[in-house]
Amino acid sequence: MTDTFTKRTPHLARRHAREIRFQWLGKIAISIAVGFLLIMVGTISWMGAGALKQTQISLQVYLDPQEIDTSAVEKADYGAMVKTALRATFPEVKKRRDTRKLYKLLSSQAAFGLQRQIKENPDLIGQTKSVWFIASDDVDMFFKANITVDTNGNAGKLDEKQVQWLATLDKSGAVRSRFNTGFFLSGDSREPELAGILSAFAGTTLTLFVCFLLSFPIGILAAVYLEEFIPENRWSDLIEVNINNLAAVPSIVFGLLGLAVFLNAFDLPRSSPLVGGMVLALMTLPTIIIASRSALRSVPPSIREAALGIGATRTQMVFHHVAPLAMSGMLTGTIIGMARALGETAPLLMIGMVAFIVDTPTSILQPATALPVQIFLWADSPERGFLEKTSAAIIVLIAFLIAMNLIAIILRNKYRQRF
Amino acid sequence: MTLAVSTSVEPETQIDQVIVKASDINVFYGDKQALYTVSLHVPQNKVTALIGPSGCGKTTFLKCINRMNDLIDICRVEGEILVGDQDIYAPAVDVVALRAHIGMVFQKPNPFPKSIFDNVAYGLRIHNIATSKTELADRVESSLRSAALWEEVKDRLDQPGTSLSGGQQQRLCIARAIAIQPKIILMDEPASALDPIATAKIEELIDDLRQNYTIIIVTHSMQQAARVSQYTAFFHMGELVEHGKTKSIFTAPNDERTQNYITGRIG
Repeated sequence: MTDTFTKRTPHLARRHAREIRFQWLGKIAISIAVGFLLIMVGTISWMGAGALKQTQISLQVYLDPQEIDTSAVEKADYGAMVKTALRATFPEVKKRRDTRKLYKLLSSQAAFGLQRQIKENPDLIGQTKSVWFIASDDVDMFFKANITVDTNGNAGKLDEKQVQWLATLDKSGAVRSRFNTGFFLSGDSREPELAGILSAFAGTTLTLFVCFLLSFPIGILAAVYLEEFIPENRWSDLIEVNINNLAAVPSIVFGLLGLAVFLNAFDLPRSSPLVGGMVLALMTLPTIIIASRSALRSVPPSIREAALGIGATRTQMVFHHVAPLAMSGMLTGTIIGMARALGETAPLLMIGMVAFIVDTPTSILQPATALPVQIFLWADSPERGFLEKTSAAIIVLIAFLIAMNLIAIILRNKYRQRF
Repeated sequence: MTLAVSTSVEPETQIDQVIVKASDINVFYGDKQALYTVSLHVPQNKVTALIGPSGCGKTTFLKCINRMNDLIDICRVEGEILVGDQDIYAPAVDVVALRAHIGMVFQKPNPFPKSIFDNVAYGLRIHNIATSKTELADRVESSLRSAALWEEVKDRLDQPGTSLSGGQQQRLCIARAIAIQPKIILMDEPASALDPIATAKIEELIDDLRQNYTIIIVTHSMQQAARVSQYTAFFHMGELVEHGKTKSIFTAPNDERTQNYITGRIG
């Protein structure tokens, strides 16, 4: 009997084999999940990284004092000055059709940058100044995306001549790539090289703020009342079933509700973060209530008995003992609900937050758009420049999500209590 | 209080004053009846032990006295319980005030996840008993002393109550219950989750507390009932089989079922 503990019977060997097989299956499952996550984040980052860079072209601009009225600097025709500068750089371009192609090298809004510079520094008037202009999206793509020149000399949307001009500019060091601050500091635009995320970011922040202010207190109070106060009977069952069903209702239905009630019946401002937040709060409420109720249920009944046994009222029991213990679970539920609201597009489409918004909203009553809607709009645009903008906006959305989860984890650890 | 108090010096023959008078108590959980016409008089400043096999209704009866059964939606209580001369099931009775006068200690030690000090101070705060911070601290100290816990925790009152050992936690719960000066303390198997040494401490404490409080204790252990109680009530299948002085119940039970339970044949 010396080998009792070392001998492997066939039956024991089969049991161990099963164990190993199961562990391998688990490892494979995890690798698949992590692999897909890495692929997703990797491709989005790869595609979105380009949006952080911007191609700029330098020109010698003569700031003609006859053109600029010093008392009204902003009224001068800077567009004409930029065009003159372009023609001066390539004096051989004479034909009208060619000059138009030449102008297309720069962004249509390039003159605004010049206007701003002169406004800040009027002393420049009368000088010939070297100014960096934002290149058009086609030029931007030409330098970023390694577009090959075909046999006719064309490259993407640029034709033979434009490619030659760019080569000349590049050789003379008049082309550079800079960090694209405009992407974070400006709103949406029809021109990909000018489009930024700020208005959508502000819209999402305001919308989620409204959503949180509404859904957190209402959700928590509803959960506390349902879990701690209401007697269990047919009515409470009915309410419970309905809340569970609401959590599974497609989000666009909440959008329709918002359209019918908030916009048409209450006449609240269309496209505003207020209405967006209200609709998302409706959508988030069931999630918060369900999670909060299960958090409350996980508080041991002995704590309730202890409080009531000493003569606490039910409200004192809940707010002194039960709710603080359930707080971490309730916050987790809220963040899960808010994270879902953050990524929601469909209900926002219904209440008009799909509009093309250039200005950054500063109040919850102004028209705004949200990050997922912005992504949806850009992904729909035909211009190649919007491709990388779409990915970059997704990165911003994911960063927003991670920041929210981080806050949740910090809060959860702060409120975590042993029981 | 209508019962006459005998002036006899011999405690065995003294008729004790009754503080809780339960008459014809029937308790139902939905359709299921848990107690059948239980009538029991509990004497003041004595320890009354409720014994009986599991599921016999002794905890149910205990929870009728401070109306903790109200928390169970399907539970229905019939009959009359007088505490002093007040019917505690009268419609005008406020359960919050009732529970301030009838404290409870539970089977599993259940301190709040707060500091030791706050555990004891909680009842004083919600009932607005202490008027100043020093009075609050004094009352917490005297409660902890009464619960024989002060010497062990006086240097760490700010630590969580849950960091204490099981026996200390149970004494903390007793301190919490007596802090608000109840008349009656209900104890639901207070030592069943504790080791023998901690149990001995709790039993000693119960004996001390009887000077100032009436104690009703549910216990599974007949030895414990014999050690700590002056009166014993034996429950079986939802009925109060027999009740009287502990000595007579344990030495000369009238009912055969009591006899069988005490000798270990049922339960």
